[in-house]
Amino acid sequence: MSRQSNRATDSKKMNSELFTLTYGALVTQLCKDYENDEEVNKQLDKMGYNIGVRLIEDFLARSSVGRCHDFRETADVIAKVAFKMYLGVTPSVTNWNPAGDEFSLILESNPLVDFVELPDNHSNLVYSSLLCGVLRGALEMVQMAVDVRFAQDTLRGDSVTEIRMKFIKRIEENLPAGDE
Amino acid sequence: MADDALFEFLHMEIVALVYKEQATREDIDKERVTCVSTLDAMGFRVGQGMIERFTKDCPTFKDDLDLMKFLCKDFWSTIFKKQIDNLRTNHQGTYVLQDNKFALLTQFSSGKQYLEEAPKYLAFSCGLIRGALSNLGLESVVTAEVSLMPSCKFMPNLKSLIN
Repeated sequence: MSRQSNRATDSKKMNSELFTLTYGALVTQLCKDYENDEEVNKQLDKMGYNIGVRLIEDFLARSSVGRCHDFRETADVIAKVAFKMYLGVTPSVTNWNPAGDEFSLILESNPLVDFVELPDNHSNLVYSSLLCGVLRGALEMVQMAVDVRFAQDTLRGDSVTEIRMKFIKRIEENLPAGDE
Repeated sequence: MADDALFEFLHMEIVALVYKEQATREDIDKERVTCVSTLDAMGFRVGQGMIERFTKDCPTFKDDLDLMKFLCKDFWSTIFKKQIDNLRTNHQGTYVLQDNKFALLTQFSSGKQYLEEAPKYLAFSCGLIRGALSNLGLESVVTAEVSLMPSCKFMPNLKSLIN
């Protein structure tokens, strides 16, 4: 294998680690600043939300996906395009409820938790809470109010990571008065 | 393989968080110092981790300059997608790494607008360099200077064991 191609793949891997390490440093800092895990989860979610509302623009600019016609399409785009583009993993979309407004993203591996172990005194920490906020913020910018939470977490002993997403309602675009 | 945009957005949020946390303090100068050192400390941990993975299979460096060149080329390109544009040294432990288009500043402005905000966004990267150097066996103090965005200079000052 030539040295060049080694460098290229290493470089991509390094970047994943840059994000993972930085995220780890952030969670560590938050655990120092806040007394309980619930607060940390909330902070991470809020930060994720702020990232999500900006990330969606980056996403729409770089992917060529058009408007999604229904929630199923949205789910597919999130799993096959967005997750792939930003985290290099493709979760599977499963567990749709009968009404078709709730589904799960199953991640075999979660890049955020590489090399991470939760200490015993942080059993309520939802380490990857940032992701919930990102998804919520991003979808809000495309007029969808959703509820996002972790149903399973490998860091807390589950075999996979499961993110449960529920469609709440469509957000009407606010047009300025007098705009026809 | 996390995308670069994710890191950049996360970094922005981290800076915002750190400064928001300290906003309740009344002493403005103390606030600035604490925020910078918090960000520097975070960058330090990340720099240490990054360099560890990076140099697993690398041969050892023949001297400090060789090491700095590695930092400017390989390390910088991996993290910030480009090499350092200019490396200068006084051959006595002080180095100046100039990046004419620093990835974390390009979104800000080109020129002097928001100049006073820029140092907040350099603290983490100073820590990153300091952490990388630390794991390579060199203790240092890293400062940064910016006068015209998005160009900036990082100045590691290596503490020599001999002196």
